[in-house]
Amino acid sequence: MQALREAEAELTVYVHPSNAADVRRAVARQLSTTLFSYEDRFDGVLLAHEVIVDGGQAKILNGLVPFFGVLVHANLLLYSPQPDMILEGKVELLGKESIHAIVLGVFSAAIMSDDINERFKFKRRGDRGKFISRSDKHHVIRKGSMIRFSVKRVDTEMNCHITGSLIPPHTGSMHWLSIHDAEYTSEINSHIRRSGNIRIKIEQNEQDHRTLDNEDGVISSERPHKSRKRALEE
Amino acid sequence: MGAELRPDDMEVEEEGVSDSQAFRFVEHVLQSVRMDPVLVDLKDKDQYDSLLKIVDSSKKRSFDDEALLVPTLKALSEAVSKIDITYHHELLSNIFTMTLWYMQRDTRDALLELITRLAAVADQFLRECLQMLVNNFTPPGPLTAFIGQPRWHARKKEIYSQLHESLRVISDTIPLAPRMLKDIIDRSMPKLFDNKAKTISFVECILGLDNDRMGDLIGSLLLAKVVDLLTELDVNITWEDILQEEHHKGIFDMELEDLDDDEDSLGQEGTKALFGGNACAEKLDGLMVVFCEHLKACSEHGRLLKEFDILKTIFRTSVLTVHKSKFAQFIVFYACSLDPEICGIEFSLFLTDIFIKKEEDLLSRMSAVSYVGSYLSRARFISADTVVAVLKRLVDWCVDYCDLQNNKGIITKPINHQIFYASCQAVMYILCFRLRSIMDYPNLKSQLFNMPFGYILTHPLEPLKVCLPVIVDEFLRQAKAARLFNASMSSAFEDALESDLSRTFGGIDRLDMFFPFDPYLLKESDRYIRPNFEFWSRVKTTYSNYNSDCDDELADIDAPEMNVGSLDDHVEIDLNSDDDLEYSINKMSITPHHSFFHQTMMNSGTGLTMPAKIRPSVSPPS
Repeated sequence: MQALREAEAELTVYVHPSNAADVRRAVARQLSTTLFSYEDRFDGVLLAHEVIVDGGQAKILNGLVPFFGVLVHANLLLYSPQPDMILEGKVELLGKESIHAIVLGVFSAAIMSDDINERFKFKRRGDRGKFISRSDKHHVIRKGSMIRFSVKRVDTEMNCHITGSLIPPHTGSMHWLSIHDAEYTSEINSHIRRSGNIRIKIEQNEQDHRTLDNEDGVISSERPHKSRKRALEE
Repeated sequence: MGAELRPDDMEVEEEGVSDSQAFRFVEHVLQSVRMDPVLVDLKDKDQYDSLLKIVDSSKKRSFDDEALLVPTLKALSEAVSKIDITYHHELLSNIFTMTLWYMQRDTRDALLELITRLAAVADQFLRECLQMLVNNFTPPGPLTAFIGQPRWHARKKEIYSQLHESLRVISDTIPLAPRMLKDIIDRSMPKLFDNKAKTISFVECILGLDNDRMGDLIGSLLLAKVVDLLTELDVNITWEDILQEEHHKGIFDMELEDLDDDEDSLGQEGTKALFGGNACAEKLDGLMVVFCEHLKACSEHGRLLKEFDILKTIFRTSVLTVHKSKFAQFIVFYACSLDPEICGIEFSLFLTDIFIKKEEDLLSRMSAVSYVGSYLSRARFISADTVVAVLKRLVDWCVDYCDLQNNKGIITKPINHQIFYASCQAVMYILCFRLRSIMDYPNLKSQLFNMPFGYILTHPLEPLKVCLPVIVDEFLRQAKAARLFNASMSSAFEDALESDLSRTFGGIDRLDMFFPFDPYLLKESDRYIRPNFEFWSRVKTTYSNYNSDCDDELADIDAPEMNVGSLDDHVEIDLNSDDDLEYSINKMSITPHHSFFHQTMMNSGTGLTMPAKIRPSVSPPS
């Protein structure tokens, strides 16, 4: 899937002396605190990490709390959806107004009626209902269906909550697409995997950033200050 | 669809207008004001205003209003994509400030449906939706006074289950929502000074949430929050309150009066007098009931083990080292009593492990050993062989410690060996309670008799002189009666108590005095603890079986130093001596606070005022 990306990163992880007994664990734990939440520095959500501690040396930080900076080489798996990417998800909730899908079992995506109505018609049946394509009545989306949709907007503050659209071509029920959509079929067959490599250098603290920032200006000046809001419009 | 939105127009069902028409109408109203306020047509504005009036959180709704509200809410949830945070701000704030507690069931359903829909649209609404649900965990202010009444009971249950259901649906559609919910609950937790009804409702609700599937996701956090609250309340019940009451009794005879009293009245009246008017104690009492009920429900549904694992971790981080905590630790006690075979034994091993592990910090280790001592003594559901197994580990550790000191060759001040003394004291304390019952099993008895007590107790570190005299005395008395030591060793112990060292050991924290599972003094929740709690008054001692068994070997019980009153000789208080005040307070047995209390009294310049009703305690029935 397009939004998944592997990255290699050179990190400096600041470890509190109390965790010095097991540095590897301390580093892993610190990285794990960022799991499943959007990080500006990674430009995405961290899904998994594999850490290689470089050498046995670490630099002790000046200041009241003597953290030591451990140089780490990490392989990261990131989820970073961008507008116009095609994602796949499972429909969890569905109504006249919207389709709510879950991507990778964790991230939520909503497709609102404006982005559905052009191609699909809602048909209510009791409490439940389904969307039926206006062009082909066999093309149906119901609760539990796997769908492909394009990303319209990403809200990074909400852990990459996606607003999607079913209007672009090659979107809809994956089951139907696998039979009727030539491009998707060829994509499945060729197993294209895209992965980007980026090298990012970031600073990471073992303890709360803010305490350090107050006591030691060095860290704060090195940290990139970016706005967290990155709602990317089409 | 240009009709004005008036109540008579909205009564769609009655006029036979279909739902979908009404839905389309609301959608139209929403759409028509979705632009700069200046541009909105006046007629549309009117319609929107009347919509606001229907969805009004502040006013009291009549039956008709409510009937109108239901289809409106339904229509809104069909039109969520039209709702815009900037143009429909007022409408949203009305929705988010609504309270479920006065509504009929249908209305609640409709409102919650709308909330779950809004949450799923996410971008902006998720946080507000969750906050709104969490706000409804507690009844609104005016209602809190009546919430305890039975007629509200069923309704409360119903509302809670609806809230839980909505939260479940939200977490289904937005898998990461529980993370946000965690923050929100964290911030909305009742504070120390919130009233009792509110605190209890909130805790009841989040424990209910823990039972739900949500428990898998954030259960440990919810429990941790509740335990934190319990501990916080607990440490705010001060010993000053208690010291002014009649409970100036030694470790062992603390409960003797209970025996004299009518058993039932003790729990009620004694504690009522004790904590009358203490708001923290009352709240804690209520919460303990809720928590114990929760654990009971867990055990009935077979989830106790999972819950216990979480509880253990929480206990380790937020209860173990809180020495001022007096009652909060009883939740673990209760959990253990629900499943003595697994949880009960696991807890004793867990504590022993903490004690023995060198990596743990000193404070935790000392607390852990105090806990072991108190737990094994007081927990009736723990079998004698578990006790012996744990004792063996403790004694082995003590032996190693003594060996180590022998190799070092220098004996320093007691303060440097706190942990050793604490463990010796724990061993003696356990034996005071358990020695007699262990004696009933020949195999355990022989195991016990093989333990090198003599080596430890006669070691140059002189634990007998440092540990709490009451315990040492009682222990020696029982040990002699049971012939735990051989004769030559016994004589070595005789002058053991004539030392002031015990008062020098401990310092401000007085960890030597920490007995976490001392008798439980909260009124309501006492019924959960009492059946499994070993009271000193009911303990059979080795010397008390003299009459029944007519054992010749116990004849020396009549020896002068072992007379029946010997325990109380040390409990008698000389009211004229400052030192003895501290001594007597120490014997209250739950402790680190005492020295502090003592100090503040000294510092405050008022001099030593004797607690009003202090008096020598009663003799144990022989």
